[in-house]
Amino acid sequence: MSLKFVTARCKGCGICAHFCPKQVLMITELNKSAVAPGKEGDCIACGQCEMRCPDYAIFVTKEEG
Amino acid sequence: MKEALVEKYFRPGRLPHIWCPGCGNGIVTAAMVQAIDREGLAKDDVALISGIGCSSRVSGYLDFNTANTVHGRALAIATGLKMARPSLTVLVASGDGDCSAIGGNHLIHAARRNIDLTLIVFNNNIYGMTGGQYSPLTPQGSRATTAPYQTIEPAFDITALARAAGATFTARATTYHTPLLTDLIAKAIRHKGFSIVEAVTACPTNYGRQNKMGNPGQMMEWQKDHAVMKAKWDTMTEDERAGKFPIGLLSERTDAVEYTAAYDEIIRRAQA
Repeated sequence: MSLKFVTARCKGCGICAHFCPKQVLMITELNKSAVAPGKEGDCIACGQCEMRCPDYAIFVTKEEG
Repeated sequence: MKEALVEKYFRPGRLPHIWCPGCGNGIVTAAMVQAIDREGLAKDDVALISGIGCSSRVSGYLDFNTANTVHGRALAIATGLKMARPSLTVLVASGDGDCSAIGGNHLIHAARRNIDLTLIVFNNNIYGMTGGQYSPLTPQGSRATTAPYQTIEPAFDITALARAAGATFTARATTYHTPLLTDLIAKAIRHKGFSIVEAVTACPTNYGRQNKMGNPGQMMEWQKDHAVMKAKWDTMTEDERAGKFPIGLLSERTDAVEYTAAYDEIIRRAQA
């Protein structure tokens, strides 16, 4: 999987981090969504963040294999 | 929402939108876009009319035939558009105050006529843009700028109001239940006649803060905990229903004549 952040659109509301079932996401000191340290491999590409992001600032792609 | 849909349906250079951090309006907009995409409608065949308010900014972001019109009168203008160009799929985006207070009269008469419009009510329970005054959809007992000691007025159930006035399709979903919201908007677009979809959306800045509802994620958890699917709702007692609200397809009927079709029939008879 890969996560794409469009940081220019992110307002740091925290909805993505709140609903992430694997606690992969966090809001940084700069008030932007990002992958939490050490959680890079934990994303299961469920798409909850992409589905709920009100600012279209995070996109999930599921890679084959 | 997938990135390809953002690129396809949003006007270039208009994002980020003006809505506050955590505002659910962006989620409702995504549901609308996904519903329109799923229905396979060409952008030029869709018109989106909005009134005034936070929610009504949506017409500026999306690349359809759009108009950001006057306060409460989006339905009136959409009615005129639908009469002039019945082939267009006309969606109306309106906020709770815009639609139920300022435009309450237009709402009941558009519903009474059963004109083929799809109204999406962005119900955030408050007048957000003007600083958090209570609207007719603010739940009784809420705090607002104009009700520092809580509102004493009961709220409208806007879907029941529209249904009583003659709307032939009424539905409700929340921004937490995004796939359901998308499904219902798609069904409402397909429905021939007046359809209303109430989208319960969070206003963290002006409603949530005054009512101590927590952060945007917690406000969406509130939606999850208080919304009940229609099938389950029907089996619940009055006590169990207290404080909760039903979501899903609330009513649909096909026995009423659609307004533009009735008008075409009058033209045909007059010319015969």
